Amino acid sequence: MEVLAGVVEWFADPANWSGTDGVPNRVFQHVWYSVVATVLALIIALPLGLTVGHTGRGGALAINLSNIGRSVPSFGIIILAFLLAGFGFTPALVALTALAIPPIVTNSYVGVRAVDPEVRDSAEGMGLTGWQVLRDVEVPVAMPLIMAGVRTSAVQVVSTATLAAFVGLGGLGRYIFDGLQTQNLPEVIAGAILVAGLAVLTELGLSRVQKTVVPKGLQASHQQTAVHAQVQSASG
Amino acid sequence: MTGQILAVEILNWDWVGRNLDTVGGRLVEHIVLTLVPVALGFLFAFPLALAAIRWPRLYAPLLGFTGFLFTIPSLALFVLMIPFTGLSVTTAIVPLTLYTLLILVRNTVEGLNAVPRDVREAAEAMGYTPLRQLFRVELPLALPVIIAGLRIATVTTIGLVTITAVIGQGGLGFFFITGFTRSFPTALTVGLTLSVALAVIADLGLLGVQRVMTPWQREAA
Repeated sequence: MEVLAGVVEWFADPANWSGTDGVPNRVFQHVWYSVVATVLALIIALPLGLTVGHTGRGGALAINLSNIGRSVPSFGIIILAFLLAGFGFTPALVALTALAIPPIVTNSYVGVRAVDPEVRDSAEGMGLTGWQVLRDVEVPVAMPLIMAGVRTSAVQVVSTATLAAFVGLGGLGRYIFDGLQTQNLPEVIAGAILVAGLAVLTELGLSRVQKTVVPKGLQASHQQTAVHAQVQSASG
Repeated sequence: MTGQILAVEILNWDWVGRNLDTVGGRLVEHIVLTLVPVALGFLFAFPLALAAIRWPRLYAPLLGFTGFLFTIPSLALFVLMIPFTGLSVTTAIVPLTLYTLLILVRNTVEGLNAVPRDVREAAEAMGYTPLRQLFRVELPLALPVIIAGLRIATVTTIGLVTITAVIGQGGLGFFFITGFTRSFPTALTVGLTLSVALAVIADLGLLGVQRVMTPWQREAA
């Protein structure tokens, strides 16, 4: 295949590995945007989801937030941010962060709500304060679902950061849009391969993190619980 | 008068009036680009789910593979199709179909597996053949979870369709690109509003279908 040869050639060309437009810089940019947006989303979404889950107030909103988020096209939000605030890192970052918030809110809410009431009662019976119940019981038990939300958001951010190249942001999406513009198909394909690789690595890396932050006793069944909770949250 | 400089016109009704045909055409295109992948996805997901129930060992690898597909950014998957199918509608349809598989397979399996054992046994004792049991007993009971999956898949697809505008398809996504290249907020407003409306209508419509098809649940509620 001609294109395949072109892609191999593209990766072999030293010119594509240095400077602003080189692979190392584009990967760095993409990772940087994604990390900043995901961390910002965590800072906003996690306290929100946990509070709503702990108090039980505002649950309908927490559940519906990810449904609403799903119905808003991320590509449109990126362009909306551009038209409202112009070209730049900040508007794109705001859009990426906004899109990453809903899955974390919903999953941390569902996770805390799903904690067995008897477990919560016995923690209170042992004299733990509300804050201690949240920190020492609810969060660890909810961790598989919280992490599922973080994974969903992070992968989505990596994906949407690619689209942000359309309005002029750096990162790996540059190769795709620049290649489409100049009809350089090997460059387009190379960019797609790099972005796909980064997304898969993000998912695998966060699965690793999940293994270390989820309490041992909860690990065997976590997959099952996550699936059920997602099914439930969808029908809610 | 000075206020006019600050106020960005987000919706120019004149433009909408003059472009009703284009808007309608893109809306129809968007609906087709959603319906075809979701229908195809269900056509593939259903037998896959049945296989995963019959041979439970298949389930984990199946979820792993469809999950892997779901992880790949949509723009990447669309452009990776270009060498094979060019900038045709197939280049949009194939990835969109693949993206529905994870949700549809998972919800179909979870829905069917949640059918109570005694219900199955009762059906068997009444002499139902396996196929009749599946269609008359198990599927109706699994319907709420299966339709929940269809709702997520449909709403997700409606959003993803807009990205195919980059490869010359895109339905309402066409207006996102127009809004950007001409710095013309009206086009973006029209595209965004209609695509969100489409998602909400599809979601509520499928919920309505579920209510109609599971009358016993309404009575219980």
